Amino acid sequence: MQGHGWLRYHRQMLLKGWGEEGQRKLSNAHVAIVGVGGLGCPVALYLTAAGVGTLTLVDADAVEETNLNRQILHWQKDIGKPKVQSAVEKLLQFNPNVKIFPVHGQLKDETIEKWLRDANIIVDALDNFPTRLILNRYAVRTRKPLVHGAIYGWEGRATTILPYKTACLTCVFEEGPPPGVFPVVGTTPGTIAMIQATEVLKLLLGIGQPLLNRYLIYDGLMMTFHTVKIRRRPNCPVCGKF
Amino acid sequence: MAVKVRIPFAIQSLFDGATEVEAEGRTVREIIDDLEKRYPGVKQRLCDDDGELRRFVNIFVNDQDIRSLKGLETELSEKDEIAIIPAIAGGVVR
Ligand SMILES: [Zn+2]
Repeated sequence: MQGHGWLRYHRQMLLKGWGEEGQRKLSNAHVAIVGVGGLGCPVALYLTAAGVGTLTLVDADAVEETNLNRQILHWQKDIGKPKVQSAVEKLLQFNPNVKIFPVHGQLKDETIEKWLRDANIIVDALDNFPTRLILNRYAVRTRKPLVHGAIYGWEGRATTILPYKTACLTCVFEEGPPPGVFPVVGTTPGTIAMIQATEVLKLLLGIGQPLLNRYLIYDGLMMTFHTVKIRRRPNCPVCGKF
Repeated sequence: MAVKVRIPFAIQSLFDGATEVEAEGRTVREIIDDLEKRYPGVKQRLCDDDGELRRFVNIFVNDQDIRSLKGLETELSEKDEIAIIPAIAGGVVR
């Protein structure tokens, strides 16, 4: 088997459409995870486990005690530490094959290009709409796939955006909701994060059917997964025709 | 004519915790007016002062976005299923 430490990938390489070639695709890939909280932690953990070669982690915050019910890479001892640093420490112990670039800072129009330039795929693991819209605009402009996730309480959402081929976030919602502190149980972002990580792996391998033009709504209380159809809006200010 | 309306978790508090309600109306606008009668305050959360759908709220009829149909004037028939989907992002929607 090619490469040192690839035995750890043996079980997934047995899958049809994966094999050594698929594993090499993962190992050559660079995925940016924006937000290292409830969604970003499990996404980063599972992409690290799967052997995605390079990850960029972006987050401006430090670990707080109220994060610990769901942000599983941050532990009691990490309170006060930048989230990206706390995450990198765990991930490198978990799988030393993976290269990780931590970016401790706020994503803005001025910084996004420098930070996300080298990424092939972007994961939206944010907790607020204004930054999400910056990310959506950047993904559309650079035609990079964007794997979106959002959560509220027991409810989660996910979709995969291929710019100019599928609806972007602004095609679906013209505006974000008013901001505020929201309730959340850790298993909700955990569930949505698994969907996002699965979407990333499929996109990298080029197999299966991603959540394209499909908006998934997960309800943990009722345990339902409901998908509605979304489509590009011709007058979308981000990806529409002017 | 009654149709089924799915209520996602994020706005169930507006509907006394219901996950699904029935509402009467021939168009989506009439459905919202009917819901407002039983759950006062719903209309103001979903619609702006001009009575148009707020920009962070989507309504789907049989999984199709009404913005791609006839908006609030989208006509309904007996077996149609409506879903009200507000944006969630870590924003309080209550
Ligand atoms: Zn768009």
